[in-house]
Amino acid sequence: MAFRVFRSINKAALSGEVTRRSFVNWLGLGWLMFTAAMGACTAAMGRFMMPNVLFEPPMAFKAGFPDEYQEGKVDIRWKAKYGVWVVREKGGFYALSTVCTHLGCTPNWLSADSKFKCPCHGSGFYITGIHFEGPAPRPLERYKISLADDGQILVDKSKIFQQEKGQWEDAEAYLPMSA
Amino acid sequence: MEAASDTLKMIINKICEPEPFFILMVLWCFASVIWADKWVKPKIAFTMMGAFFLLYLFSLTDSNFYSIATKGDNIPIIAMLFMSVYFTWLGFWRGVENDKRKAEGRPMIEEEGKEVKVLVWPHLIYIEFIVGIFCTALLVVWSIVIMAPLEEPASSAATPNPSKAPWYFLGLQEMLVYFDPWMAGVVAPSLIIVGLMAIPYLDKNPKGNGYYTIKERWFAISFFNFGYLVLWMALIFLGTVMRGPNWNFFGPFDYWDVHKQPVLNNLNLSELFFIKTLDMGLPEHWLKREALGIALTVIYLFVLPVLFDKVPFFKIGEFFKKMRIEMGAVRYYTFIFLFLTMMSLPIKMVLRWTVNLKYVVAIPEYFFNI
Ligand code: FES
Repeated sequence: MAFRVFRSINKAALSGEVTRRSFVNWLGLGWLMFTAAMGACTAAMGRFMMPNVLFEPPMAFKAGFPDEYQEGKVDIRWKAKYGVWVVREKGGFYALSTVCTHLGCTPNWLSADSKFKCPCHGSGFYITGIHFEGPAPRPLERYKISLADDGQILVDKSKIFQQEKGQWEDAEAYLPMSA
Repeated sequence: MEAASDTLKMIINKICEPEPFFILMVLWCFASVIWADKWVKPKIAFTMMGAFFLLYLFSLTDSNFYSIATKGDNIPIIAMLFMSVYFTWLGFWRGVENDKRKAEGRPMIEEEGKEVKVLVWPHLIYIEFIVGIFCTALLVVWSIVIMAPLEEPASSAATPNPSKAPWYFLGLQEMLVYFDPWMAGVVAPSLIIVGLMAIPYLDKNPKGNGYYTIKERWFAISFFNFGYLVLWMALIFLGTVMRGPNWNFFGPFDYWDVHKQPVLNNLNLSELFFIKTLDMGLPEHWLKREALGIALTVIYLFVLPVLFDKVPFFKIGEFFKKMRIEMGAVRYYTFIFLFLTMMSLPIKMVLRWTVNLKYVVAIPEYFFNI
């Protein structure tokens, strides 16, 4: 079958005459190749989904010693590199994600007004991460926080705690330590 | 002189607070149709356009406004403002003229010279060609003269403050302030597109086909003007000129103070109802908590449409009834649904500005907020 098709294509190509059959055959061949090319493109696209190297900063990092922190202050040292705010309050520490729960911009900590404020659509969050202004539908997320063996604070971003699911009560979401 | 210009600026700043600005835009929308035959007279219209332009020139003397208006991104917006004003006038003017001619039994503007046939080539192609060359030249000059407003390299740690969408999307960005991202970012834009595509299928009224008219299509025209000029153009203007750092409202002549921090304690309907009104705690279960909001939404979307043709005042009910009969039930209710979804934006905006309402229904447990 395939051989017949190719022979007739070949014949038409050699003789330079186009019959109805050879036309249909050429057309079929053309479509076949087109489909194959499209398939290859799709496969190549799929390949992009699996990059050779993936840059991912470590999910857990050490955030210094507890006595480096001041009570009631938001520490913005880890914002640029890890996307985390570590807050020291009277009873202990918690780590807030710097991703706005609206559409993912990075809010700023406005110390004079004691709130996080997002520059994209104006969502505002209290120092605790609770939302109170603008469109953000839920509070900022918190990360797992604990003490490392050497006495430094250890923040692990692979574990997320969401207030609306009642997860802030979780022991790992908060590091108790009286000032 | 100084004092006078300061007062003028202050008045404009006051007008450009969201509520008065929006009320004015809505009033304009209706007034422009009701008094169309008055204001479209070229003498009056061009005086107004001239005044508008003078106002713009005056505004440029203010350094805060100047820095907004001359930013490379924003120049198209200024051009757009003047162009929308001009073309709105042009459409209205021809409509009014046609209405007058119709009343006098004379042929429409569009019918004049209908007997003379001209060929596409060269008559149309020639004009298009010239316009094409002109536009290309304009764009080349534009891209050479006006620098792209580049900012510092992007970083996930620092979002520019304020962070603005491309100018033609500022209306959508404004919508995001009032609705859940899923609603404002996905559902509403799709509905806008679907709704616009649906117009030819919904609107079977042959009046106004091929000629301008105001009288015969006043409802369609004011409806369109509201959706396009107010909810799209005016919101772009609002997003450009009136939104500053931390996405707060500023007057066009206000200094963009990063430390301006108005108190905006937004509350959900459930909180307004249970805590503020009934003075009790929120119910535990979300269904109980949001029952009121859900009921209101259902009423708005499904009960209200049935009531439209029963309004007893000012023949409104009659008007909608006639529309329902002419359009047929399916078309009519589709139209009303689209109409109500469109109106939910201004309603929500006004509620946010006046009573700080955040969401009518807020179920963060299931990522569902309206
Ligand atoms: S992304 Fe933060 S308010 Fe929209």
